[in-house]
Amino acid sequence: MPSLKDLRNRIASVKATQKITKAMQMVAAAKLRRAQEAAEAARPYAERMGAVLANLAVAFEGRDDAPKLMSGTGNDQVHLLVVATAERGLCGGFNTNIAKLARDKARSLLADGKTVKIICVGKKGYDALKRELGQHVIKTVDLRSVKNVGFSDADNIGREVLSMFDNGEFDVCTLFYSTFKSVIAQDPTALQLIPASFEASEGNDSNGAHAVYEYEPDETEILADLLPRNISVQIFRALLENAASEQGARMSAMDNATRNAGEMIDKLTISYNRQRQAQITTELIEIISGAEAL
Amino acid sequence: MAELFQFELVSPERQLISEQVAEVVVPSAEGEFGVLKDHAPFMATIKPGILKVLSEGGDWAEYYVRGGFADVASGGLTVLAEQAVPVGEISTEDLEQQIKDAEEDVADAKDDETKQKAEATLSQLRDVVEALKAA
Repeated sequence: MPSLKDLRNRIASVKATQKITKAMQMVAAAKLRRAQEAAEAARPYAERMGAVLANLAVAFEGRDDAPKLMSGTGNDQVHLLVVATAERGLCGGFNTNIAKLARDKARSLLADGKTVKIICVGKKGYDALKRELGQHVIKTVDLRSVKNVGFSDADNIGREVLSMFDNGEFDVCTLFYSTFKSVIAQDPTALQLIPASFEASEGNDSNGAHAVYEYEPDETEILADLLPRNISVQIFRALLENAASEQGARMSAMDNATRNAGEMIDKLTISYNRQRQAQITTELIEIISGAEAL
Repeated sequence: MAELFQFELVSPERQLISEQVAEVVVPSAEGEFGVLKDHAPFMATIKPGILKVLSEGGDWAEYYVRGGFADVASGGLTVLAEQAVPVGEISTEDLEQQIKDAEEDVADAKDDETKQKAEATLSQLRDVVEALKAA
């Protein structure tokens, strides 16, 4: 049975923890709003880009001179996994979920006898993957010093990936990140970057998707210009979605933690009071029996 | 008064403009082109330069754009630029940094084709700086 003093100390320490988790929740909530705005501001660009590329892709379907970024290298022996996670922990299952998705994919690829290379964006992903897949990690990108992810950060990663592709270091590239759905729901997502896959947005597009376009310079050159750009854009979007998801996950994790701390304090307080009362009773009995004995 | 059409200027970070405008002049890779209402479907890559927008009220607004493409469809004009800033907000340091990067690209270019491209970008950037100084 812990003494009264022990209980008091424990209550004090849980209260301190609760204060921290509460503060973290509020910070996450504030950051979440900003991250969410950034993610939403980036959406039109990525969507437009996707629409235009899908348009162009239709024109190139089945042609031999389609760029490699779109048609692929023709085999799928070497896979590059770009795993984007957070730099910090204490955000519930956020990092674990992304890492788990990537790990499952890597496992199944390895079981099929493929070669797997991994680029980790964010420290936590590397921490989670290094034990099992450490020897496959070829690079880690550290974004800890970056406060708000800018396009240039994503562009750097994109260029890296492209130069590897140009050197023939991999055939297929998949990006892992977490799509922000709401504060409580974040979906770990795998997106194939190379060869680019487009959802065919056919049908009656109001932009006149199948109108006869004139290109300047010609299609091939535009596509050659757009596809590499698309890689950076997709990575940028993933990073922004990740940032929003991370804050959302942290917010709900810290909310839970604060609530748990509250429950714990209640329980401890009850047993503290009980014990105090028991002590008072004992003291009273002692005094009374002492007085009776006189 | 010219007829209006929908114009959108989008950079990866945000959407700068989405409104009805009268005319837009886009610096495309093969020369500037103006867009009015009911322009034929057209797509062009853009070079670093100044994009001019004639608003409904008859005022010209200028934006510095770099890298990207312009897409003219029946719905209007969309410019997707890697970087887009109102001319008043450009910092000279930023431009100088870009010129420096471009110079490095020229120096690093391995084959003729990349070198040519890098040199073209560099000279375009220099043109922009000149134009801004003149203004």
